[in-house]
Amino acid sequence: MSTLAAARQGRQGYLLSAPALTLYVCLLVIPLLLTLVLSFNVFDYSSGINGDAYTVDHYSSLLGDPYFYEIFLRTFWISALTTLLCVVIGVPEAYILSRMGAPWRSIFLILILTPLLISVVVRAFGWSLLLGADGLVNQTLQAFGGSPMKLLYTPFAVVIALVHVMLPFMIIPVWTSLQKLDPAAEQAALSLGASHLTVMRKVVLPQIMPGVLSGTLIVFGLAASSFAIPGLLGGRRIKMVATLIYDQYLSELNWPMGAAIAVALLLLNLLIMLSWNRMIEGRYKKSLG
Amino acid sequence: MAFVQLEGLGKCYGAIDAVVATNLSVEKGEFVSLLGPSGCGKTTTLQMIAGFVEVTSGRILLDGRDITHAKPASRGLGVVFQSYALFPHMTVSDNVAFGLRMRKVPNGELQQRVDRVLKLVRLDKHAERYPRELSGGQRQRVALARALVIEPPVLLLDEPLSNLDANLREEMQFEIRRIQREVGITTLMVTHDQSEALSISDRVVVMQAGRITQIDAPYTLYEHPRTEFISGFVGKANLLPGARDSVGVVQVSTGGDLTLSLRPEKIDLRETGQGRLQGQIVSRFFLGSQWLYGVSTALGELCVVRRNDGSAPMNEGTAVGLDWDATLLRVLSVDEVPA
Repeated sequence: MSTLAAARQGRQGYLLSAPALTLYVCLLVIPLLLTLVLSFNVFDYSSGINGDAYTVDHYSSLLGDPYFYEIFLRTFWISALTTLLCVVIGVPEAYILSRMGAPWRSIFLILILTPLLISVVVRAFGWSLLLGADGLVNQTLQAFGGSPMKLLYTPFAVVIALVHVMLPFMIIPVWTSLQKLDPAAEQAALSLGASHLTVMRKVVLPQIMPGVLSGTLIVFGLAASSFAIPGLLGGRRIKMVATLIYDQYLSELNWPMGAAIAVALLLLNLLIMLSWNRMIEGRYKKSLG
Repeated sequence: MAFVQLEGLGKCYGAIDAVVATNLSVEKGEFVSLLGPSGCGKTTTLQMIAGFVEVTSGRILLDGRDITHAKPASRGLGVVFQSYALFPHMTVSDNVAFGLRMRKVPNGELQQRVDRVLKLVRLDKHAERYPRELSGGQRQRVALARALVIEPPVLLLDEPLSNLDANLREEMQFEIRRIQREVGITTLMVTHDQSEALSISDRVVVMQAGRITQIDAPYTLYEHPRTEFISGFVGKANLLPGARDSVGVVQVSTGGDLTLSLRPEKIDLRETGQGRLQGQIVSRFFLGSQWLYGVSTALGELCVVRRNDGSAPMNEGTAVGLDWDATLLRVLSVDEVPA
């Protein structure tokens, strides 16, 4: 028996993964459980959190108030639009990148990754400078005789900044699955009479679907729980779920309500992502193995 | 007019000439191999015919039609790639049907043609499998079926057997030849394996440094190699110095200014003292059907192949006489291209 197989079966395996497991339990599982418990605690504005009394009030007000529906709905359509735009921009970009020559490919790949090294907050401020009432975009518009537009504090600003931040998370998994493609398969399709568009649709795209799927899952998950960008570019009016949770915790000081919203976001996010994964994987699993 | 004609075909990559002014005529139904060491331009030539590589100079004619600058899709040629290039997300029958779907062949006829070609390559029982569930030889046959089903005028094979193990390679050689004969399709195959080229082609084209150096039927090529390089690349050869005698007959002679080639199986081993040349066996290799001897002589170490006829082989260290039929000596010309 190989050492790896022995490690898998024996106690040694648990021992070796103990450090990571400890970290996982302490930093993720315990806080999540505490949040879950907190979301059932009774809250009163005059006396604060009552840790001994439990209630489902927060969940029922979440279900009963159209204000929350609106924010959840907005969060998910903004995330879905961001994901869609990332697919539309990222997939062709990854394909072009994979077809580039030797020096350019690495240069452009690094260019795509560099934004990840800059803080999201800095990038969000960058966008607010560009999109503000007298930002660069509006100045340009006015220079050409147009009237200034309201860009900042709109869903448009949030989506454009989210796409900018999330694009690498789409490009990298797609790029990885493109690496596994045999370029001769495209030549074979061409020689069999397919146009370039058909080659893309029937030969390339189906093979990189697993990469596109992981990309959409990462982007959607990160976008739906994003905080800094909607906070800085959406302003007070374009609230998303993460900013709402922040408000509950720090403005309203209603921690149990914030916790309940957080739990609801987590569950909805999981539900959407798992069903999406199921749907796509089910279609491609048989053929791609 | 030949069926496929290359006229002064050339390809440069920057300052490097990959293929230089190549002329070649292939008759309808012929099986022609492009043989050469790696980097000799044989694959580039095939890729230009297929349309994957832009032609720098010259013309490609297919049945009289100039296809030099036609798109790969409009050439309608069948191509089999070294990596097979199957579509991994499609079943065998979808892979094979791809070209027919692109041609909008109606469903009933499509199914018939796919079934027929899968039967031809003996894969009719694997139609619903995916490529990853097949062995190397089976994938090779799917690639062949996919190229043949569109009934192309010409079949192009790019190192089709190099990814198979030795036993399977031999089996597939005969299989490819059988299918080619059965369909009667004009075929061009690129290979670096001389035994492959010799065993299944009607004619072999030897390429070296972007140029064609000899075109001949396999037997002629083997028996009459033109240059030193070809004699060593196609089969094994002993190179001997030689000269013409007073009546113009070529003889082996030390210090002669000709280079002669003598195939190892054309040399007879005699008792020591007999024959044209004396030597001593210095090495011995068993090849199954043959024995390969290294014999040290005054003209250097010669390679001798003897049939394994069931008698005891010669031992290393044995003194022997070497003899041969002088008409089997071939005069080689000096290589015009540096190898």
